[in-house]
Amino acid sequence: MKNLYLIAYLDLKESIRAKWFLVYSLVFGGLIALFFIAGVTESQVMGFSGLSRLLLMYIQITIVILPIFILITTVRSISGDRDSNILEYMLSFPISLKQYYWGKITGRFITVYLPVIFAMIIAVIYGAFKGADIPWSIFFLYIGVLFAMSATFLGIAFFISSFVKSSEVALGIAFFIWIFLLAFIDIALISLMMQQRVDEGLIIFISLINPMEIFRVAAISLFDPELTVMGPVAFYILDSVSQSTFMLLSIGYPLLLGLLFAFFGYKIFEKKDLV
Amino acid sequence: MIKVNNITKKFGSHISLENINCEFNKNESIALMGANGAGKTTLIRSIMGYYHLDAGEVLIDGLNPIKQRVEVLKHISFVPQLPPPIKLNIEELMQYISVSANVDKELMKHYANEMKLNINANLNKSFFKLSGGMKQKLLIAISLAKESDIIIYDEPTANLDPKARDDFYRLLKQNEKEKVLLFVTHRLEEVKDLVNRQIYMDFGKIVPDERF
Repeated sequence: MKNLYLIAYLDLKESIRAKWFLVYSLVFGGLIALFFIAGVTESQVMGFSGLSRLLLMYIQITIVILPIFILITTVRSISGDRDSNILEYMLSFPISLKQYYWGKITGRFITVYLPVIFAMIIAVIYGAFKGADIPWSIFFLYIGVLFAMSATFLGIAFFISSFVKSSEVALGIAFFIWIFLLAFIDIALISLMMQQRVDEGLIIFISLINPMEIFRVAAISLFDPELTVMGPVAFYILDSVSQSTFMLLSIGYPLLLGLLFAFFGYKIFEKKDLV
Repeated sequence: MIKVNNITKKFGSHISLENINCEFNKNESIALMGANGAGKTTLIRSIMGYYHLDAGEVLIDGLNPIKQRVEVLKHISFVPQLPPPIKLNIEELMQYISVSANVDKELMKHYANEMKLNINANLNKSFFKLSGGMKQKLLIAISLAKESDIIIYDEPTANLDPKARDDFYRLLKQNEKEKVLLFVTHRLEEVKDLVNRQIYMDFGKIVPDERF
């Protein structure tokens, strides 16, 4: 285990020094700052107000940009090290492939998860300081959703990284996956499928296997289900399953998906030539 | 110590190693030579367990370097052809090696000093920001500090000036006893005082294998 912690620790230190991490942290911290400056907490639109509105806006933007950030910054971790012969040297020491791979994932998970959580925590502290009510249920749900989201896309990124031969291809695949999942959320999905007269069960099934749609629905699941911003598929899902069941699903399923992808990535990493 | 039994390694349709058989034992210093693309680096990487072979096997003290990589790599020091662009700083790189391979940091510093590299002045510098020669010196210092039974160098002197080369060969001479020393080199004259065996490779095969 000491080697796993060592690799996680060193990967974390290396990532924190990297320029992408600075941009990444600034984007999420900046979003929160921008919301406060714009007076989001003081306004009331369609039933959302105060910190609830701020957190909802934050998570809705995060759902779109966090996956691509994670994919782009992580997808080259193994393939990039292989490309530049770093893997050849670092793996010439007595470290098992399991420790190396899972250590890298652990380090990278902490790197991508902490800034998005910190931004939210800062929002809550600042909101409380300004006298706003803190929506704890939303806050804790979003912590869980962001955890699951980070795990999912990290798993997918490491999976891609384990089999691609060059960093450019890895980036291309990552970008395609992001666009593909984004295209199949709610309104885009249902309008396309209604045009083609696709069975509604199939539409719901496709939305439920898309982690981005799950996160989107989970983000609004604590609000009034009659809200029109919700979208038809989200409304149907929340109308069909209980709120608590959906919350468990929205965290459990993407987490499992991320772990599965990471596991398959490991199996490929183990079976392939290392350099 | 190292047994290479009938190994073949292909990359697509290209055969990089073809039915290679050889054995390396204690107190042997081997110069592995051959033109570019002859299969020298592939052979070294196969010994280190980086490649899944198409046929045959490599055994190091009876152990398979893929299945028992941790045990096997405890006994191997390796310096690659080109220093990789590792982003860790020197302190972190030394920590990685010290924890994973149980190498004494002071010994790394000692050998770096012998190679005329002042580590203490560069501890917070990223490895990839060092000059080519400094990187190579550090990797050589690490390889010696690891005190392995098998030392593999893939053209280690490419970035070194003549003085540093002399330091390197002097240190190696002091540390070669009871070890297997495997050099990939294009310059036999440089290592001729050090080696007692010469293997020449061509098109993935061992052509002559001479002991002297």
